[in-house]
Amino acid sequence: MSLVNSFSQGVVTTTADQFLNWTRKSSVWWMLFGLACCAIELMQTQGPRSDVDRFGAAPRASPRQSDLMVVAGTLTLKMALRTKVLYDQMPEPRYVISMGACASCGGLFQLAYSVCDGVDKVIPVDVYVPGCPPRPEALTEGILKLQEKMMTETWLVKRPTVEAHA
Amino acid sequence: MTAEELVDKVRSVGGKLVVEATTPLGDATVVIQREGALGFFRSLRSDTDLDFDMLVDLTAVDYLGREPRFEVVYHFMSLSKGHRLRVKLPVPSSDARVHSLTEIWKSANWLEREAFDMMGIHFDGHPDLRRILMYEEFVGYPLRKDYPVDKRQPLTEERDPIIKDWKF
Repeated sequence: MSLVNSFSQGVVTTTADQFLNWTRKSSVWWMLFGLACCAIELMQTQGPRSDVDRFGAAPRASPRQSDLMVVAGTLTLKMALRTKVLYDQMPEPRYVISMGACASCGGLFQLAYSVCDGVDKVIPVDVYVPGCPPRPEALTEGILKLQEKMMTETWLVKRPTVEAHA
Repeated sequence: MTAEELVDKVRSVGGKLVVEATTPLGDATVVIQREGALGFFRSLRSDTDLDFDMLVDLTAVDYLGREPRFEVVYHFMSLSKGHRLRVKLPVPSSDARVHSLTEIWKSANWLEREAFDMMGIHFDGHPDLRRILMYEEFVGYPLRKDYPVDKRQPLTEERDPIIKDWKF
């Protein structure tokens, strides 16, 4: 957030987009969506040692109240259908972090008969976090990267919706 | 009852149905014919000396290159007597079907659905023979030995659980 001008009385000036972006990036509520072992690291990220709450990120139990979906774990083809439904239930603006090798490309289980090779086959992904599983530091970095992306949004023009089924 | 005594008892109950009766590593194991097997399973449960009141496991094996290719494997246990029995039922690939055991043991329901889902063995008389692990649009039977390693399954279209009849 760039402050265009600053007065001695503690008054700051900024643009409407910058202000909206600042409020939104300061409360990234992610949906509890653990699919496999990455979910354990997701819980650690939320826990006291990493504590992403200091960046305004906190878990929510409902997609209706969430801004961010962290796809944490192996996405099966059967779950892919549900993932799309859950993503559609989230209010815009919504973001997706693909956490770990499995969510990004199928990972170790890429050729398994039941595994979807990449969550980006189903829903659009903003940030890919590599790792198997990624450490809490890596996911924290992913959330910070996402916040950087959120600060570049322009809300006076509606965010273009990405077609999910390519 | 020791495994040898149990096998002898099962052989006397099954008669000609029992093709082979062994006790590998102390586990009572019998191989039976498919024709008339349902009556044999009924007598396993109703016979007072055997009294197999629990179907522990039901699975299938694919011996690719051998005929009969498939083998349905049942594991029974008697809670009152404390003995166990393994029953193997060879099934040819040209006619991969056996009779369902759901009318005798209720636990056969989901186990048979899994064997159908993974191996493609049909169970006649099953009340609800649908896929249990994979989704409806899945093509093929993934645990068969001739299922291609690199076969990709299609992503199905989004289904609304409220509007359409979404079977789980």
